[in-house]
Amino acid sequence: MKLHESQGGTHPQGQIGFSRVAICGGTHGNELSGVYLVREMQKAERKAKERGNDMEVITVLSNPRAVQRGLRYIDTDLNRCFTHAMLSGSNTNDAPYEIIRSRELNALLGPKGSRDAVDLVCDLHNTTANMGLCLISYSDSDWLCLHVFRHLQRQMPDVPTRFIHFNATNKESYSLDSVGKHGFALEAGPQPHGVMRSNIYTTMKMGVEHVLDWVCLFNSGFVFEGGSVDVYTVVRNIDYPRDRDTHNITAAVHPQLQDRDFCLLYPEDPLFLTLSGETLRYKGKEPLYPFFINECAYYEKGIAVSLARKRRVAIPAIRVQTEQEQQAKKDECTSEEEEE
Amino acid sequence: MSSYHSAARLDEARRVAIFGGTHGNEMSGVMLVNLWVQNNTEVQRKGVEVQPFITNPKAVEKCTRYVDTDLNRAFTPENLSTLGGGDLPYEVRRAQEINRMFGPKGSPEAYDVIFDLHNTTSNMGCTLLLESSKDHFNLQMMNYIQKSIFPASCLVLLNEHPLLKYSTSRSVAKHPVGLEVGPQPQGVLRSNIFESMRDILKHALDFIELFNAGMEFPPCTVEVFRLSERIDYPRDDNGNIIAMVHPNLQDCDWEPLNPGDPMFQTFDGKTIHYQGSGTVYPTFINEAAYYEKQQAFATTRRESLVASAIRKA
Repeated sequence: MKLHESQGGTHPQGQIGFSRVAICGGTHGNELSGVYLVREMQKAERKAKERGNDMEVITVLSNPRAVQRGLRYIDTDLNRCFTHAMLSGSNTNDAPYEIIRSRELNALLGPKGSRDAVDLVCDLHNTTANMGLCLISYSDSDWLCLHVFRHLQRQMPDVPTRFIHFNATNKESYSLDSVGKHGFALEAGPQPHGVMRSNIYTTMKMGVEHVLDWVCLFNSGFVFEGGSVDVYTVVRNIDYPRDRDTHNITAAVHPQLQDRDFCLLYPEDPLFLTLSGETLRYKGKEPLYPFFINECAYYEKGIAVSLARKRRVAIPAIRVQTEQEQQAKKDECTSEEEEE
Repeated sequence: MSSYHSAARLDEARRVAIFGGTHGNEMSGVMLVNLWVQNNTEVQRKGVEVQPFITNPKAVEKCTRYVDTDLNRAFTPENLSTLGGGDLPYEVRRAQEINRMFGPKGSPEAYDVIFDLHNTTSNMGCTLLLESSKDHFNLQMMNYIQKSIFPASCLVLLNEHPLLKYSTSRSVAKHPVGLEVGPQPQGVLRSNIFESMRDILKHALDFIELFNAGMEFPPCTVEVFRLSERIDYPRDDNGNIIAMVHPNLQDCDWEPLNPGDPMFQTFDGKTIHYQGSGTVYPTFINEAAYYEKQQAFATTRRESLVASAIRKA
């Protein structure tokens, strides 16, 4: 996607409209905001359709068995089952439940990488970390996602809202949001798993409403001016200190770090407090922004805290492609084929 | 000295157990007990045998509350006496084993004191769980703990309700003491929560050591919160929850809830108000494990209990 103008909006980029948007909840069965929000949206399906004839909103309960049992997953983490390798292949009798389910979701919302995939996947999550509202994406140059993020920030000034970029250039995307042509996870915390806090639910509900409002606005031809946003790009993760034999953790996140997501961590700042009272410090050379501090589900993944660099990213003005532009593009493709 | 002749003479508390992992995902107790099983220096006291013990190892390994059934509800007379061996749910077999090791419940051979360590997602701070208003030993211990940690606070929750009372793992002992510290998500270890629990246990063991050494504890008044009622979430005909704990009530454990105060908020933002006849003190507000037990929160009423003077027999 070439950038014509970084600011201003004199030449807004034409982007293809969103005709199909998926809102997914319960990808982890014990992250309740998304579970209940999807249920409520399904009850009010009428209202969703009233948004406009141009856009179809598909609501999905991603992992119903895990939701029913109040677990993150049954056999394996569903949100790691969306690589091309895992999506292809046939279902065997002993295939993990989540592999079978990821293939069903790929058929429903994808196939991943094809022109039939939904335009946008918005996957709802909660975290035990004090992260406020985060939009998590594999890309820092998907202008649509960045514009949606800026819209959320502006519409919800009382909620700390941040954009997290997982740089997956060396690794293939593996999460549910990678099935759509565009996608991101909406993460809200802090909330214990298995609990529904009304303030967190309200934040998630408002977030989803603003995402859908933005899409409608975009589809209607509105020109979104260019600008810039802060992006947190993940650099590395730090695990807990562990016992060599049992692999059990031997320290807790330090009280001075606990709940201080997105507060800059400097070299020598406290990281962990061991059970015997010793402080372990951050030994990196570069100050970085910590997040996912003490996320419950990451103990088994070996992550006590994730660290990110923050930078300002310029975003171009954008608007939906006009019919003329769409036709011109089709003609271009046809003539290219003829030349071949 | 004037209380010398009126002090209740009680047996010394020689055998004490500390239970962790009764719920496998309540991490403070798991970590503390694992620590003390490896090295028990911190919990040693003169004249006391202290045994740290993981009650539900399979649940701890899976980092889940329980495997088949809630261990902390499993110590009923029926369960403890039933036959069936390998066919029984894991936690029932476990309850029988624990009853053999630390009981039998109700007998003279039972352990003197069992501390059972728990966490809650509710904002309850440090709470001591009392099962009988007539347990003067426990009342004196709780008073001692409260005075020792002051200005930090530690409230006492009394569950003597004939219908709401349940058969806990600690109930095997003559003096069962529950420790509930929150808020902490299940599966998460928060340093401040861990250290609070550790501190309370330190004072509890100090009390036992002093008592066994012959110290007399004069009469005292202990304020308790007596469990009154269990309030469920509003549900639809299919049993699905249709409202959440209201933002005004969320995290307000132990603060007065008056008739007419906001209690729940529906998904479209309407408020449901508390309709009780008088002021209550809610606790266990929005505890994760209680969604399946049909409890959004519990109400309590404040009461003052007088503990008689006690002294080793």
